[in-house]
Amino acid sequence: MNLELIIFIVLALTGAISAVGMITRPNPVISALFLIFNFFALAGLYLLLNAQFISIVQIIVYAGAIMVLFLFVIMLLRTGEEPKLFSEKKHIKYFAIVIAVLVFVQLGYLIFYEAPSEYISQRVQQSMEAGTIENIGQQLYTTYMIPFEAAGFLLLAATIGALVLAKKNFE
Amino acid sequence: MNIWEIIIITVIKIGAILTIMLLTVSYLVYFERRISAWIQSRLGPNRVGWEGILQPFADVFKLLLKEDISPVAANKFIHGLAPFIAVFVAFSTYAVIPIGPDVTIFGYSIQLVVADVNIGVLYVLALTSLGVYGLTFAGWSSGSKYSLLGGIRSSAQMISYEVSMGFSVGGVLLMAGSLSPIAIVEAQYGWMWNAIVQPIGFITFTVAAFAETNRLPFDLPEAEPELVGGYHTEYSSMKFAGFFLAEYANMIIAAGMIVTLYLGGWQVPYIDKLGLGEIVTALMQVGSFFVKMGAILFFFIWVRWSIPRFRYDQLMNLGWKVMFPLSLINIVWVAALIMIFNL
Repeated sequence: MNLELIIFIVLALTGAISAVGMITRPNPVISALFLIFNFFALAGLYLLLNAQFISIVQIIVYAGAIMVLFLFVIMLLRTGEEPKLFSEKKHIKYFAIVIAVLVFVQLGYLIFYEAPSEYISQRVQQSMEAGTIENIGQQLYTTYMIPFEAAGFLLLAATIGALVLAKKNFE
Repeated sequence: MNIWEIIIITVIKIGAILTIMLLTVSYLVYFERRISAWIQSRLGPNRVGWEGILQPFADVFKLLLKEDISPVAANKFIHGLAPFIAVFVAFSTYAVIPIGPDVTIFGYSIQLVVADVNIGVLYVLALTSLGVYGLTFAGWSSGSKYSLLGGIRSSAQMISYEVSMGFSVGGVLLMAGSLSPIAIVEAQYGWMWNAIVQPIGFITFTVAAFAETNRLPFDLPEAEPELVGGYHTEYSSMKFAGFFLAEYANMIIAAGMIVTLYLGGWQVPYIDKLGLGEIVTALMQVGSFFVKMGAILFFFIWVRWSIPRFRYDQLMNLGWKVMFPLSLINIVWVAALIMIFNL
């Protein structure tokens, strides 16, 4: 067993356990805490795949910014009614089961029939080497310049939209 | 070097850094009290040992012996977890800050940094953005409105100033062309210190560092006249000490980052031209890092005891309407410099 495999097992277990913890806890703040753990495990998995930039962005953006906003909302709203909501709406449960089965069938098909570990194609190899921040920066500002600018413009529009919504009466 | 040698050397480095950090933190508290006393024409703690030099140990023993109380309304698990998050984040950040050049000891070439990560600066930014959880969870789990207000203030403040902090770092990255702290230090050879090349970035980063460490004039999360003690109102004993430790450890990291990014790190201008031996040069460079850090830490303390606290809206206005645009101007300035002088 090499070091990489051991680290992978630890991270994958952390990820899986925290994901289960996240959906089973009744208290939403504890759920949020588990989700943060999950993000960490994912960031670690990205690091193992040589995708340093994605890994660190996963922590900065998701764990550092988005989850803080989530926590803000959870802490400021009264969430005591949450458990009752689920006991009242039983059909949500069946819907969830259907989705879970679908996702697991897809994953199982990919793992057992497509066997991704046996066929590493040229493009997979390339994407593994392109994970460093220098490569990503180079690509973003040369090959993918226009999509990058467009995404930036969309984000700007969204920011202005949020401002307008928050400040309903401009003078 | 085989894997075991690397692991052993890294463990030794971690141990050394942890010891230095813990000692510096306890003495930083002592120096803060003495300097504040000096600024206010008092004596300060001077009874335990010579000139009060053993005061930190007395403080720690006192905190250890205190009763650990967690309020009835508190969420026990998170209440206990929050100080650990704060301490963990504060101490693990130090792994990427280089304190000296490569040295050769017993035939091993050793880098004076725990981990030479090529995304070191992003690593620090990521961990500081996590530091907010310690405070938010502490505030929420205490089940007290003062704590909750303190926790929420802290998260809003830290998120706001992270933006200008990130953009000021952008200027440094443009100059160095790398995210590795070692490369950033090496790019500031001679007098090419970033504080001189990009003074605006230096100022915005320093202000953001004050806000991120919750130091006066930005200590609104714990503002005692309005919030009793803010997020740590309901903490006692070693859990309180955990937050205390984290706050001072964060100060040391902020100082270390300012030195690394803007004051040339361990560089002494043109020391290699003097023709001193390798050991002497390395020692002087490590010494210069600590001297610079000490100066910044003194500045932190000096500001705390000289400037009153901002009001909350003033804090937000300063962050978004002054510091953020300034840090953007800084990036344009650095980019223009690079274009004109072809750096």
